[in-house]
Amino acid sequence: MDPTPEVLRRAHYWMRFARAFDDRCITMYKQGKIAGGYFSQLGHEAISVGASLALGSADIIAPMHRDVGAYFVRGLTPRRVAAQYYGRAAGPSGGRDANMHGLGDLSIGIVGFVSHLPQSLPVAAGIAHAFKLKREPRVAMTFVGDGSASEGLAHETLNWAGVFQLPIVFIVENNQYAYSTPLARQTRVPDLARRADGYGIPGLIVDGNDFFAVFTAASEAVERARAGGGPTLIECKTMRMRGHAIHDNMAYVPPELIAEWQARDPIIRFEEQMRARGQLDEGALEEMIGQIETDIDDALAFADQAPYPDPATLRFGVYADSAGGGVA
Amino acid sequence: MTWDQGIHKSVTTLHATGVAREMTYLEAVRDALQYEMRRDPRVLVIGEDVGIYGGAFKLTQGLFEEFGGERVIDTPMSEACLIGAAVGMAFMGLRPVVEMQFADFISTGFDTIVQFAATNHYRWGSAVPIVIRAPSGGGLRGGPFHSQNPEAWFAHVPGLKVVAAATPADARGLLISAIRDPNPVIFFEYKFLYRSLRGPVPDGEDGLVPLGSAAIVRRGADLSIITYGAMVSEALAASDTLAAEDWNVEVLDLRTLKPLDTEAVLESVRRTGKALIVHEANLTGGIGGEVAALISQHAFESLDGPITRLAAPDTPVPYTPPLEDAYRPNRQKIAEAARALLKY
Repeated sequence: MDPTPEVLRRAHYWMRFARAFDDRCITMYKQGKIAGGYFSQLGHEAISVGASLALGSADIIAPMHRDVGAYFVRGLTPRRVAAQYYGRAAGPSGGRDANMHGLGDLSIGIVGFVSHLPQSLPVAAGIAHAFKLKREPRVAMTFVGDGSASEGLAHETLNWAGVFQLPIVFIVENNQYAYSTPLARQTRVPDLARRADGYGIPGLIVDGNDFFAVFTAASEAVERARAGGGPTLIECKTMRMRGHAIHDNMAYVPPELIAEWQARDPIIRFEEQMRARGQLDEGALEEMIGQIETDIDDALAFADQAPYPDPATLRFGVYADSAGGGVA
Repeated sequence: MTWDQGIHKSVTTLHATGVAREMTYLEAVRDALQYEMRRDPRVLVIGEDVGIYGGAFKLTQGLFEEFGGERVIDTPMSEACLIGAAVGMAFMGLRPVVEMQFADFISTGFDTIVQFAATNHYRWGSAVPIVIRAPSGGGLRGGPFHSQNPEAWFAHVPGLKVVAAATPADARGLLISAIRDPNPVIFFEYKFLYRSLRGPVPDGEDGLVPLGSAAIVRRGADLSIITYGAMVSEALAASDTLAAEDWNVEVLDLRTLKPLDTEAVLESVRRTGKALIVHEANLTGGIGGEVAALISQHAFESLDGPITRLAAPDTPVPYTPPLEDAYRPNRQKIAEAARALLKY
């Protein structure tokens, strides 16, 4: 499935944006502007952007912490994302959830995730189930890592989605490491897509650093799901290019593995592919890079100036029908 | 009808209001499901064996025939996925009621409840209107994994509502309210009562019981028995025994464990001066401790005796009748504990 020029433009912009935003956020983290941890998506840009661009505006996505590109593609503004990272009231969680979590906004079709991965999987399956029951031609897409794919819930959800033939696409981000645990310690089956056979659904493997491969596979899976063809599991092979969180120096990763994947950088690769296709406008690229810097400056300045939530609102929103709770 | 069939049926005429019908506890729960499913096409029942088979307790019997396989959904065995999927369905505007075959099995879906469902609204503002029905409690010789009372696990978690229905009328009235509530509700119902307890159940909208409201089920002046669930019947029976001994005992049914009707508890204890808290769940970390702390902090000056808890011991629920009977509080044990406190 060949992406339209508009899709290519958006892909290029958001992959570059996600990369530059990540770099700046690491600086901001080191300056103490971002509390807690920071989880880099370096190297995952083609997956988060490529897969999410395959969705229509009415579809629902349930991404994870290395998918910031997907949040942008879905329409969560960099200002709101930055405000979330800074713990400000203007973020999607109003400072409630940790910086990479709680980026949910159902009005733009995004489900926020919890740390307990892969808890988003059954929720996304339920969303797909609702689409099927309501006869709505919509699709759910969710993400799971190679580590969380070891959890029973990943198996249970794939089984469920297969049984009910739900309109859902599972993206497995096989980035070789779950915190410090290498893939070989997660599973004897290094190709996680093979598991799809056990659920009676299609499973395929794509190069997660190749935007075109991810986008094409995701688009075909979305199309199949929308047409009533049920779920697909897409394993995107990639590499986590920074530590689990930014405090983690990845001393446990062989340097040659990093070098190998550096040579396969998804953004450099995309631009080479675009050049080869005669579709890269070098002048426009410079302009785009400038625009991205401007937009990131704007988002971070916005977040910096945005107010923190009022401590008086601490108890608000525990329940959907009341402001507070507790009597002690 | 097969699993794959089941076109949504149109909303049928609701029961006439103002009528109370005699029914068992189990029938009352079923009636609530049927009533809400007829009233609101978004409501669906989902669980293991709830469809063609009619549920492990035959509680959902008849619903599949009336509403079809798309609103009475048989699922693979996965409590975690059941609950997670219900959350997703709720996000998309449906109103799923999940059946745990036994409350004991809820542990396999615990993470999905306490991490996702409970926190979601607080974290990013999307409500999670689901109900998880948990057939709970002992008395049926079910052994350690079919007799538990795990309500305290959930009462500790912000964002959940926890309901414990003690009578047929409340089972119906509270369940309808739970289904209409915009929050995740863990609905404990008592399988010992399913077929052993009958009572009048108000019809239509008349029977709605709001969440968060306790009920004085017997008025009294000498002592408050504060309890819930299957122990309400036992406490009432004990209060009859005590009445024959000229003791005038009040029985307060909490009905909702979270949010707790703190005012009702305090008002009752302030009147009677004595509090006996009874629950079927084991003692340590149970709801009773919470109620005791509440009374101690806010009604201390009204007390005329030590706040007393009667609960199951801190053991798993045993199987054999002599052991289960020794484990489980009952009317005799309640009367005995009440007597000791009354004479204090």
